[in-house]
Amino acid sequence: MSNANFTFDGKKYTGVSGESLASALLRNGVVHFTNSSYKDRPRGLMGLWVEEPNALVNIDSGPGEPMKASTTIELVDGLVVRSSQGVGDLPDTRDNSRYDKVNRHVDVLVVGAGTAGLTAAKKFAALGKDVIVMDDQPGPGGHARHLGTEISAELLAVLDLANVTYLPRTTVQGLYDQGYLVATERRTDHLDAKVHTEVSRIRTWHIRADHTVLATGAFQRHLVFANNDRPGIMLSHSAATYVTRGANPFKTAVVVTIDNQGYRDALRLHEAGVTVAAVIDIRDAASGPAIAAVNSAGIRVITGKTALDSAASDSGQVCCLTIAKADGTQSETIDADLVAISGGWTPIVHLATFIGIKPTWDPALAAFVVKRDDKLTSTAGMLAGDFGDDNEAAVFFGPQLTTEQAEVAFVDYQRDATVRDFNRAIGAGMRSIEHVKRYTSIGTAHDQGKTSGTTTMGLIGQALGKAPDEIGSLTFRPPYISIPFAALAGRDRGLLSDPIRTTPIHAWHEKAGAPMEDVGQWKRPWFFPKNSENMHAAVLRECAAVREDVGVMDASTLGKIDLQGKDVGEFLDLIYTNMFSTLKVGMSRYGLMCGVDGMVFDDGVTTRISENHWLMTTTTGGAAKVLDWLEEWLQTEWTDLEVFCTSVTEQISTVAIVGPKSRELMSRLAPDLDVSNEAFAFMENKYADVAGVPARIARISFSGELAYEINVPGSFGLHIWEKVMSQGADLNITPYGTESMHVLRAEKGFVIVGQETDGTQTPQDLDMDWIVSKKKEDFIGKRSFARVDTSREGRHQLVGILPDDGSFVIPEGAYLVAGSDEKTPPPVAHIGYVTSSYASAALGRSFALALVANGLARKGEKIAVPMAGRVVTGIITDSVFVDKENARRDG
Amino acid sequence: MLHIPCPYCGPRDETEFHYGAEAHIAYPENPQSLDDAQWAKFVFIKANPKGWLAERWVHSAGCRRWFNVWRNTITHEFGPSYKPFTQQPKSPV
Repeated sequence: MSNANFTFDGKKYTGVSGESLASALLRNGVVHFTNSSYKDRPRGLMGLWVEEPNALVNIDSGPGEPMKASTTIELVDGLVVRSSQGVGDLPDTRDNSRYDKVNRHVDVLVVGAGTAGLTAAKKFAALGKDVIVMDDQPGPGGHARHLGTEISAELLAVLDLANVTYLPRTTVQGLYDQGYLVATERRTDHLDAKVHTEVSRIRTWHIRADHTVLATGAFQRHLVFANNDRPGIMLSHSAATYVTRGANPFKTAVVVTIDNQGYRDALRLHEAGVTVAAVIDIRDAASGPAIAAVNSAGIRVITGKTALDSAASDSGQVCCLTIAKADGTQSETIDADLVAISGGWTPIVHLATFIGIKPTWDPALAAFVVKRDDKLTSTAGMLAGDFGDDNEAAVFFGPQLTTEQAEVAFVDYQRDATVRDFNRAIGAGMRSIEHVKRYTSIGTAHDQGKTSGTTTMGLIGQALGKAPDEIGSLTFRPPYISIPFAALAGRDRGLLSDPIRTTPIHAWHEKAGAPMEDVGQWKRPWFFPKNSENMHAAVLRECAAVREDVGVMDASTLGKIDLQGKDVGEFLDLIYTNMFSTLKVGMSRYGLMCGVDGMVFDDGVTTRISENHWLMTTTTGGAAKVLDWLEEWLQTEWTDLEVFCTSVTEQISTVAIVGPKSRELMSRLAPDLDVSNEAFAFMENKYADVAGVPARIARISFSGELAYEINVPGSFGLHIWEKVMSQGADLNITPYGTESMHVLRAEKGFVIVGQETDGTQTPQDLDMDWIVSKKKEDFIGKRSFARVDTSREGRHQLVGILPDDGSFVIPEGAYLVAGSDEKTPPPVAHIGYVTSSYASAALGRSFALALVANGLARKGEKIAVPMAGRVVTGIITDSVFVDKENARRDG
Repeated sequence: MLHIPCPYCGPRDETEFHYGAEAHIAYPENPQSLDDAQWAKFVFIKANPKGWLAERWVHSAGCRRWFNVWRNTITHEFGPSYKPFTQQPKSPV
């Protein structure tokens, strides 16, 4: 054993390397650790492990960590901590530690390396199963480890078997359906107080186990009496363990118990040199080996009594204990600087309740236990109610208290919640644990009720004359203890936090200084600033270039689905609202798809490449969803149709050249191609060599302008783009991004699914009745258009809005009210909201698209937009602002 | 996270799948002949029993195929899974 120097609240101490920080502080005589968070009462150490409610610290050395139980910190040289008065503060430096994830499938996962867990591991290992044993403590042994009793070498040997993996310092944080669990393994904090970059600090395990054995053990709980929170009042099992290991600042102890465990701990205190003034047992009579041993050690035993109140010395540490009968009638006061409480065992039921198992109350053990043995899950040890041979207990949580006593009798130390708070909840009529918990905040602090849960249920039961399990059930939620977010993220931080999709032209956009917009996982150039232009100026310039000269846009992100088979046409007739089967080879058509509820779902252009080969485009964000949708109908309804769907989004690069000068540019790029309107009409597709690359060129327009979309194999995208830029230099070729694309399409009244729609718009609501086939017998959504609700008055319909002040761009999402009378007294009913809103170069003013109740019949009416502090007025218009006659698309 | 038995690939994590609600609700033969109530029943009304339910799932991030499977809505336990248009296994007890 080596010494370790550490700093606590600015003072230097020396402890034993590897012991817990709590133990080292106790060894140095620190009994008063901190004050409570709400009532500022002196508090000391209570527990032994993660159940500790008081002795929390913030770690400043190494990577740092807020609010950690000092009982769980292994002492290393150079550790620097501050006591935390119920408040944590995050280190303000970036954590450069490495974090990792592991995925494993395993036959059997054993949680807990105590006697019960090791016994189970041995059984399954002998059957040839692949076994993982996880335990959150630094070594195996569970309670035996704390009791100092030797766990048999034969049992420990199971951990060395080839088919057994033992993971110490590994906390199972969550248990989920079908044997899935998440655990965090602490790998470096116990080595030294440094930031480690060569090995991960915490490794998060994702395990799928065919069978999980829960052998999680138990915590001891406290008793509820007046001033039960003073430094020096501890759980008896914890106190005895610390002093046995030499961390002993105490002289005289009183043990207060409801079970035989208190006697065992009294003996351990006695053997470690603490004078045990008395064992106070609420039971009138008790028997067993531990009691006999206490009697023969000559320790005074007082039966039928319990703790009622305590007093403190000047230091705040407990100095004496007043004892009483359960009804609160006082009997005597005993001097002690350690009050060791054995309030019964609380099995660690957390993981079991995570998967919906309800613990059952065992009155003989005064404990909630979980007995389970099915295919997926079994329980063992204390969790299953196996408390050993000498463990009789009384069901008792605390004596009758006066109002004054109840005010200082603590149920939940971290929340400073008292019996008085609790009585108020009961007095206000609350009966369920869930209500009491929310009213009093009991069980909601850092320890999540590890020590207070059973006590709370017991007290409610005691107050209402019911058994604790009649009050409700203990329900815990993951994580079992707090986890740094970095541990859950693992290496998926920064650039790796989510996949990033870029087109083959992306590098060019970046070099041009275009800020990127996230569209799903895609990065799309937002606008291309010249010099130090802001977005507003750049977009006006880009839009003007498209309407007057020629612009170029990277449209490669559009979802693309290759459809092949003899029945594609028939299938598309069912999927789209309009007709596709009549589409001629080489032609493209815009289509709208709806759900069976008739609501617009996605849109895009589909091209007939050859008789039985089609190419569908979808919205950038909708590609995966549409592919699932197509497969759903093909596989589950229209299985007789021969259609094969393949995602080809990344296989094709699309460069769109847009604007009146695009024809000139196209003829330069493909000199062999006849680009005249007669030879190459709107919605036609042609094949030609473009800059040496075989390309499919489509006359498709999302701006209303003459436009050509050049489609080439993905990797040629950048080559084509660069050719477009150089060949178009004297035509004012202008790259534009998603923002200008949005403005240009909005000026034409073209909708964006997901911007003009939110899943509650029919094509008719969008003023797109023209795209709904009247000839087709059926298609998905058709029947719903005739439903009472979809054909009713008052539906929100797509219209345009022109603000009276043309220099003002109404914020998207703004609510609209009827009329322009600013004096209409509230409440004023809103009639719709703005979906898109921009400044337009073509119009020389601002405009918007909006969904307005009965909007199509309201064109010409005035509206008002209530803004913070003022009202903006405007007029409802048609949704098409530019080129209503579609004169520009042919150049 | 559920462990879902794909009849083509075997058991896989839930994150690979998408949910498709109650199974064995066929698209009506002639939707236009249904009245509003009958059509609404097809579009909106799905069984939500406490216990076993035959559901549709699609293995989107795997074989991309739709299938049916029995699932217990209380325990989240899975019963047998089966391919579309095959004999439905009996509800587990």
